[in-house]
Amino acid sequence: MADIKVAAYICKGCGLGERLDTDALVKIAQKDGKVPMAKSHDFLCSADGVAMIRNDIDNEGVTHIMIGACSRRAKTEAFYFPSNAVARANLREGVIWIRPDTEEARETTQEMAEDYIRMGCAEVKAMTAPGGNPNTGSSKTLLVVGGGVTGMTTAIEASKTGYPVVLVEKTGELGGMAGKLYKRIPVHEPFKSPADTGVADLIAQVMGDSNIKVYLNATVAKTDGAPGRFVVDIATESGATHTEDIGAIVQASGFTLYDMNKLPELGGGQSPNVVDQLGLESLARAAAAGDGVIRRPSDNQPVKSVVFVQCAGQRDPTGTHLAYCSGTCCNTSIKQAMYFKDANPSVDTTIIYTDLRTPGNGEDFYRSAQEKGVIFTKGKVAQVVPNGAGSTVKFHDLILDDTEAAMADVDLVVLATGQVPNSGVDIFAAPKESEEGAVEVKPISILNLNYRQGPDVPQLKQGFTDSHFICFPYETRRTGIYTAGPVRRPMDIAQAREDATGAALKAIQALENAELGRAAHPRSGDLSFPKVRLEGCTQCKRCTVECPFGAIDEDEKRFPVFNESRCRRCGTCMGACPVRVISFENYSVNTVGAQVKAVDIPDEFSEKPRILILACENDAYPALDMAGMNRNEYSAFVRVIPIRCLGSVNTIWVTDALNAGYDGVMMMGCKHGDEYQCHFVKGSELGRVRMSKIDDTLKTLNLESERVRDLEVAITDIERVPEMINKYAAELVAVGPSPFKGF
Amino acid sequence: MAKKEYAFYPGCSSQKGASASNYLTSVESMCKTLDVKLTEIPDWNCCGASIGYAEAGELPRHVMNARNFALSEQHLPGQEIVATCAACWLGARETRERLTHSDTLMADTREALKEAGLQIKEMPEIRHMVEVLIEDLGFEEMAKHVVRPLEGVKIAGYVGCQTNRPFGVAGESFENPMYLDKMVEMVGAEAIPEYDMKVTCCGGALAFSEPEKAQAQIKDIVESAYDHGAEMIVTPCPLCQANVEIYQGQINQRYGTKFNIPVMYYSQLMVVAYGGSAKDAALNGQVIKARRLEEIAAKPVKR
Amino acid sequence: MSANTAVAEKYRNNFLKEIEEQVEMGDWVKMCMQCGVCSGSCPTNFQSAWEHPPQELFMMIRAGKREEVLTSSSMWNCTSCYNCIVRCPRKLPITHIMHGIAEYAHRLGMAPKLQPTRFFSGLFWKNATKTGRVNELKLSMGLYFKDGLGAGIKEGMKMKDVALGLMKAKRLNPFEIIKGHACKDQKGIQAMLKKAYEIERSRKAAKVAG
Repeated sequence: MADIKVAAYICKGCGLGERLDTDALVKIAQKDGKVPMAKSHDFLCSADGVAMIRNDIDNEGVTHIMIGACSRRAKTEAFYFPSNAVARANLREGVIWIRPDTEEARETTQEMAEDYIRMGCAEVKAMTAPGGNPNTGSSKTLLVVGGGVTGMTTAIEASKTGYPVVLVEKTGELGGMAGKLYKRIPVHEPFKSPADTGVADLIAQVMGDSNIKVYLNATVAKTDGAPGRFVVDIATESGATHTEDIGAIVQASGFTLYDMNKLPELGGGQSPNVVDQLGLESLARAAAAGDGVIRRPSDNQPVKSVVFVQCAGQRDPTGTHLAYCSGTCCNTSIKQAMYFKDANPSVDTTIIYTDLRTPGNGEDFYRSAQEKGVIFTKGKVAQVVPNGAGSTVKFHDLILDDTEAAMADVDLVVLATGQVPNSGVDIFAAPKESEEGAVEVKPISILNLNYRQGPDVPQLKQGFTDSHFICFPYETRRTGIYTAGPVRRPMDIAQAREDATGAALKAIQALENAELGRAAHPRSGDLSFPKVRLEGCTQCKRCTVECPFGAIDEDEKRFPVFNESRCRRCGTCMGACPVRVISFENYSVNTVGAQVKAVDIPDEFSEKPRILILACENDAYPALDMAGMNRNEYSAFVRVIPIRCLGSVNTIWVTDALNAGYDGVMMMGCKHGDEYQCHFVKGSELGRVRMSKIDDTLKTLNLESERVRDLEVAITDIERVPEMINKYAAELVAVGPSPFKGF
Repeated sequence: MAKKEYAFYPGCSSQKGASASNYLTSVESMCKTLDVKLTEIPDWNCCGASIGYAEAGELPRHVMNARNFALSEQHLPGQEIVATCAACWLGARETRERLTHSDTLMADTREALKEAGLQIKEMPEIRHMVEVLIEDLGFEEMAKHVVRPLEGVKIAGYVGCQTNRPFGVAGESFENPMYLDKMVEMVGAEAIPEYDMKVTCCGGALAFSEPEKAQAQIKDIVESAYDHGAEMIVTPCPLCQANVEIYQGQINQRYGTKFNIPVMYYSQLMVVAYGGSAKDAALNGQVIKARRLEEIAAKPVKR
Repeated sequence: MSANTAVAEKYRNNFLKEIEEQVEMGDWVKMCMQCGVCSGSCPTNFQSAWEHPPQELFMMIRAGKREEVLTSSSMWNCTSCYNCIVRCPRKLPITHIMHGIAEYAHRLGMAPKLQPTRFFSGLFWKNATKTGRVNELKLSMGLYFKDGLGAGIKEGMKMKDVALGLMKAKRLNPFEIIKGHACKDQKGIQAMLKKAYEIERSRKAAKVAG
């Protein structure tokens, strides 16, 4: 390792100079931090202050910088020294803003600041400046899987932005589900009538674009590599395989309607005159090609009465059918009822619904249908009984509370079944025990990823592809692979087109960042990546199994193979590694461990307990910063260390802290489970699983279980976090001081 | 010349010896002080009120109101029509809206009016007296004339329905209109803006046909006024005034309550505050006497 | 064929259309989205529960429950407070529709005979249009004596204190029974109203015929 030269800078601005003894802090950096070159400045983030640091880098050979000023989340542009290792001691949001400005608080506030200086100095020494991933690829081509509205829109948008596209469609024509529609839900003023699908125009655009290469009757046979350097084999009908170099992938594999044959009580599969929404679309297309009259399939007679059954096989609490609402079927039924009313107002059209859900401008569309005379009946359909050519629809009228309500002699019944995503193989599904004689239809993989964790992107409970719904909706758990359209969540054409545009732009970001060797998200621009000392590795496979993003493969000898471009830099592998051989240049077992050990632990008679907080940098740490901005006070006995994710927490940090005489440890991470908020999807969950075993450690040390607290914190917990801290500090007083102090 | 002039539509209940005759007396006194000239529309007729619906139908109801418009236009050209009664105002305004928006209805109305030898050329503006006070004069102007503030009197402002819905006074919310509270404060009394029954229905015409239903409503209205420490209730509507005042005895029998709270018109409060006598304010027209106001009205005026 | 059976025949299986064409503001019924805000905002529904609150009546109309709707006493519970109108998110003129359905049921002779508000409503209109102005005393007396002399005296006695209070306050004049307030041009008013009824009837009849 080259020689390092560390400098520490203490800012006196923003009230730091008044509230703290900054001269003492400089001395602490020199004496305890062992940084001889320590200075203070009246206004460190000013041009003058930054110039001082810059000068020390250029002329004094400073390689490592410790800045004692505001939070690492503030003034990032001023304190941007990409070729240096930088640590920040949070004296503003983390100390003076959360402490009262009183004479009696002055001593503990100063102690807090001094500890943060010690921690910053210790941390920066354990770091090196990250150099970026050298293992990059430079393909700028986008692969789009699926030739429906979403896929075509993605291809067109990416091409317009200047990126070549390879589009793979498994059928013989483009258009997908929308191509089978007669008309679509309107998206323009006045939202009163069904509109042209626009599919023909999209197809013409795709086919006329020399920048888009289209494979029809084709599937993805194999996907290898990482963002910027995917190698994709495309199998075509002829048996030939074409190999393409790909930078990023958008999977737009769409949906299939829920099978109405699973709904015999609603007449599904019982009569040709009971159809699903797609069935009605083909009847409408046939009518449009002929005399415009929609006819009954059984005998070709004009339909005089039609009933639409909403939520057929959807929103089912029993678990038999779909549990969710597809969000589009109400508007679709409204549209289809208009097919009848616009052609012939005397056709009786009734939509039986429990809750009419018409998002977007669907409310205007709904009103228009009412004006056209479509009857809306709030009820729950119990049974559709086909008899002869007609059917009887039996339902519970929910307004009149009539359980015996019925409509007889209905010519046509349309079941609004929902959207089922085409998301390929559920790689984490428990193997099902096949029933005797049952033919098990295995889902076909869409991407055939040559990844250690399986061939497709991970799914949510209901089969839609997993993504951080709030912050990163398009990102799947495979970096550089995006899903868009109804495979991601149920949606209509308008939403799918927006989705496609978003995914195209995210995919472009991913391949550009991949070439530069840095992370695209959530730590965008991060040049660090995991490094492993393979000589210490025990081939335990925890990192390859636990990586939430499938970034790590295994070689023949079962050693981990890190695909840096697939990595999101969460550090879950680092937290998982029992022999601690995985680290980042600027974040490692050492950088955090050194901070833990740098804190000055007063003896047990001082009545000054010390609490270590390991706070997730995405939610808990910003919440703590914002608590500071709001001047929400909390205990001066805590020392906060930001961590990339709970998943990166190595239990050694906790053990070290307890051994060093800390009285308690608070772990602050995001919500996990089905409604997770973790930016790294599984990080907080895995971290918690590991921490659940901390009780054994506590027992070994003969410590009380209260000494470690696992807490869920959201970014909005600005009021709550200080309360949690103060409550815990009070609880620890009752438990008493740690017996490990003073050793 | 008077400061403001209007064609006046007093309505049936305001006539001599009718249930809101005290309203008319006090309005006349109030307008004198404010220099507002009201000229009664000659031979005006009933608005039909909302309760006439079973027999009225649509066109006959509008024709009744249109007759008043025609008479006003003929005798008092260019003047806006002012009503003191909530129902008269609502009925007339509704007719105005409907005729303005339907050519057929307008043509049919004209045809029927011909039978009475009348015609409408221009549609008149229809105003309620409180609109005139708030919009044409303003609180500042109204307050100028207060010479005997109703200090220390706590008054629940009961707006009721028909001056408030469906048209209402401009700028006020349907759920919590504030103008009556402001008027209470303007006369120097203490308002109760949080009075939660201020827009509750008094039962309207059901007070006659199904008294038990209306009285259940009235009970809530009065009870809440007491709960908020009110000494009296004030209202801008004749039917509200009558319903809330005159059935208190029956409600006491039905529910075992001890209600005895005076129910006033805003105009009565203003007349007393403006220095008028009990007679000017028609305080003798109260079934439940407003003793506190009578005492104030007997005091000499501070000039 | 009675008026009722004639229209019933014409609008067979389409009660909604009948309401749209024959009832004031009836063409709004189809626009209800069944949220129930009207039912929750209605003072008399809240106090004593209508048999079928407005939301339900609209649903029944769409479901073709003609007999049940037109014979219902529900609409007659309307106090004309207009709360439903101002709160309806779909801006349906519900108060007017209630009055309209009631008027139509009354016109067809299907409204409940003993419904007191139905009786009072008719009485009010006749009272008001007879001379052009309401005679409050005759109006009250007419209401109390609707079930005959004995019942009238009984009803009147119940209201005795109320009436006495009003009389003492000079807000009820016993002499109105002989000569009350009246418009001068009563002849003109009668002719005008006669014409209005004629026009309205012919317009509605034209729809039945058409």
